[in-house]
Amino acid sequence: MPRAPFRISPQAREDVLIRMQRDLERALQKPLKKRRWAMVIDTRKCVGCSACTIGCVLENKLPPGVVYRPVIDIEVGTYPNVTRKFLPRPCMQCDNPPCVPVCPVRATWKREDGIVAIDYNTCIGCRYCITACPYQARTFDFGENWTDGAARGADDDLALQTGRAYQTRPSFEYGREWNRIAGGSPVGNVRKCQFCLHRIEAGMLPMCVTTCIGRATFFGDSNDPESLVSELASSPDVTRLKEDMGTEPKVYYLL
Amino acid sequence: MKKVFWALWTAAFAAGLIGVVQRLSTGHLYAAYGSYIPWGLWVAVYIYLVGLSAGAFLISTVIYVFGVQKLASVGRLALFTALITLVVALLSIWFDLGHMSRFWRVYSSRAWTSMMAWMVWLYTAYFSLLLVETWFAIRADLVRRASGRGAVALVARVLVLGRSDLSGAALARDHRMVRLLATLGVPLATAFHGGVGALFGVIGARLFWHASIYPLLFLASALASGSALLTFLTAFWGPGRGTSEHRELVTLLATVTLGLLLVDVLFEFAEFSISLYATIPAAVRGFLIVLFGPYWWVFWIVHLGLGTIVPIAILATKRRQPQWAGVGAFLIAATFISVRLNIIVPGLAYPELQGLERAYIGPRLSYQYFPSLLEWQVSAFVASVGIALFALGLRFLPIVTARGREA
Repeated sequence: MPRAPFRISPQAREDVLIRMQRDLERALQKPLKKRRWAMVIDTRKCVGCSACTIGCVLENKLPPGVVYRPVIDIEVGTYPNVTRKFLPRPCMQCDNPPCVPVCPVRATWKREDGIVAIDYNTCIGCRYCITACPYQARTFDFGENWTDGAARGADDDLALQTGRAYQTRPSFEYGREWNRIAGGSPVGNVRKCQFCLHRIEAGMLPMCVTTCIGRATFFGDSNDPESLVSELASSPDVTRLKEDMGTEPKVYYLL
Repeated sequence: MKKVFWALWTAAFAAGLIGVVQRLSTGHLYAAYGSYIPWGLWVAVYIYLVGLSAGAFLISTVIYVFGVQKLASVGRLALFTALITLVVALLSIWFDLGHMSRFWRVYSSRAWTSMMAWMVWLYTAYFSLLLVETWFAIRADLVRRASGRGAVALVARVLVLGRSDLSGAALARDHRMVRLLATLGVPLATAFHGGVGALFGVIGARLFWHASIYPLLFLASALASGSALLTFLTAFWGPGRGTSEHRELVTLLATVTLGLLLVDVLFEFAEFSISLYATIPAAVRGFLIVLFGPYWWVFWIVHLGLGTIVPIAILATKRRQPQWAGVGAFLIAATFISVRLNIIVPGLAYPELQGLERAYIGPRLSYQYFPSLLEWQVSAFVASVGIALFALGLRFLPIVTARGREA
C-alpha cells in the first residue's frame, strides 16, 4: 500500500525568528507597562560557538574587558564519559534585582517592561552594583580599546584600520548615541546587557537572538500567552539560575 | 632620623603626585582591579582610614562625654587625628570613582535604599560635626595665640573667626558646645562606621561579606585601630613628653588599646570560626582564600603576627615604657590595612557562577588581584597628604599644648 506523502505544516517550516518577530511586533502595540520581556535559552541546542557573545560585542561596541553575554563552558563527567555543556549568561533582568537598591545615585532601576536599565550619565562608577549581582552580569568600562598598543602608521593593515574605525562608531544603548572614544560615558560606568533595548524598541530582536546559529535563544513578551517565550518558559524542562535566591530572573534555561 | 623621615616623605609624595596626575589623565587604565574584582587597594585604604577616624573620635568622646580626665590632654589630638584620617580617607575613595566629578549626585539623588548613600550622608554630617567640635575645642587657645607674631599667630587670627571672647562665660559656652557635639557624635560615628560594615554586610550575593557581625566587627576594629593610632601619636608627639604624666597617659592609652584589640580579636574569631565550620563549601571559600590563598602571608604574618601577637606581647609587658607602647601601638595601627584588604579582596576573588572565569577572556576579567604601581602611588599620595596635614596641624594649631588639659 502506498504511504501517504509526508507533510510539513507551514508553521513547522517557519524559522522561529519569524514567529518571534511577529511576537515582538504584537508586544510593541501594547503600552510599555503591559510588556514583560523575557528570554529563554535552550542549552540542549547551544553548541558553544559564542556567536551571541560576539554579536553582542559588535552591537553594543563593547571594548576589551566588557562583556554582556559570556558563554560558560562546563566540562561534565570523568574520562571516558565526558561531555561539555554551554551556558550563555546575559543579564537576568531579575524581578527582584539585588543590584538596584544598592546604587547610591539611583542610576539603575527596573523598567516597567522588566528590563534593568542604567543611566550612564548619572552613574558615578562606584561599582557597588557589580558586587551585588549574584550572576556577575555587570562589568566596568575601564576605557580600554581593541587597538591599544598597536603600531600606528600610514600602511596599517586592514584589520587594524577596521579596528580603529570600529571603535569610533557610537553605540546606541538605551536609544541614545554613545561615543566612548572621546573618553566620556560609558567609559567609567558600569555596563550590562539590556536585551538590546534600542533594537527592541525599533522593532528588532536582540542581537544574540538573531546571531544564534542553532536558534537556541528565544525572546519575547512573557505577558503574552501566545508568544513563543511564554510557551517555552512553561515547559517542565525549564529552570533559572540560582532560583532559590528569589531574584526572579527573566531568563529561563531549557535543560 | 627626622631628615630620613622627611626624605622618605618627599619621595612618597613625589611618586604619589605622579600617580595622581596619571590617574587624572588616564582614568582607571593603569589600575589592576577589574570587573570581577571591582574594588582594590583604594577601597581598602578608605575603610582603613575611616576606621582610624571613627576609632580616634570615639576615644575623644570618652573625655568629652564621659569626662575621663586622665585622658583630657589628648582630647584635641584625638579629634584632630579623626579629622585628618577622615579627610584623606575621602580622598582615597574619591580617586576610586569612575566619574569623580559626579560625586555630588549622592547628595541630590535621595537613594534611601543604598547603604553607600547612607554612609556618604553620615560621613558628611560626621565631618561637619568634627570640624565644628575641633574648632570649639581649640578656640580659646587660638585666641591666646592670635596676639603674638609670626605665622602661628596669623593662622590663629584667621581661624578665630572674629570670636575672641575669653571671658568665663565664653569659655563655658565652648565647653558646653564641645560636650554637646561630642555627645551627638557618639551615635553619629557609631552609625557612620557601623554603616561602612553594613555596606558589605547587606550584600547577600557575597557570602563572605553577608554576616550580621559586620557592623559590630567594623566598630570593634575601628576602636582597636583608632586607639592604637592615638597611642602611637601620643607616645611620640603627645604633650609633656619625658614627664611622669606623659608616661601615665601613654600607659593608660596602651592598656585601653590592648583591651580593645583583644575585643576585636574575639569578634574576628567569632566571624572566622562560625563561617569556617559551615559544612557547605560555598560559604567557606572566601575564608580559605584569606587563610591559604595566594596572599596567605597577609593574614598570618602581617595581621596575626605583626599586627596582633607581637603588639599584644609588647603592650602586655612593656606598656609602661612610652616608646615601647608607641612601637606596639604603631604595629597595630599600621598593619590594620591588612585586615581591610582581607575584607575587600577575598570576598570578590572567586566566581559566583562555576566556569565564569574561563567563559570570556579579557584584561579585566580575572579573579587574581595585586595592586598596580599606580594604585600604590595614589595610596602613597593619600598617606603623605595625611602626614603633611598632621604635621602642619601640630605646627600651626593648638593641638598639643601645655594647656591641653583645660579642654
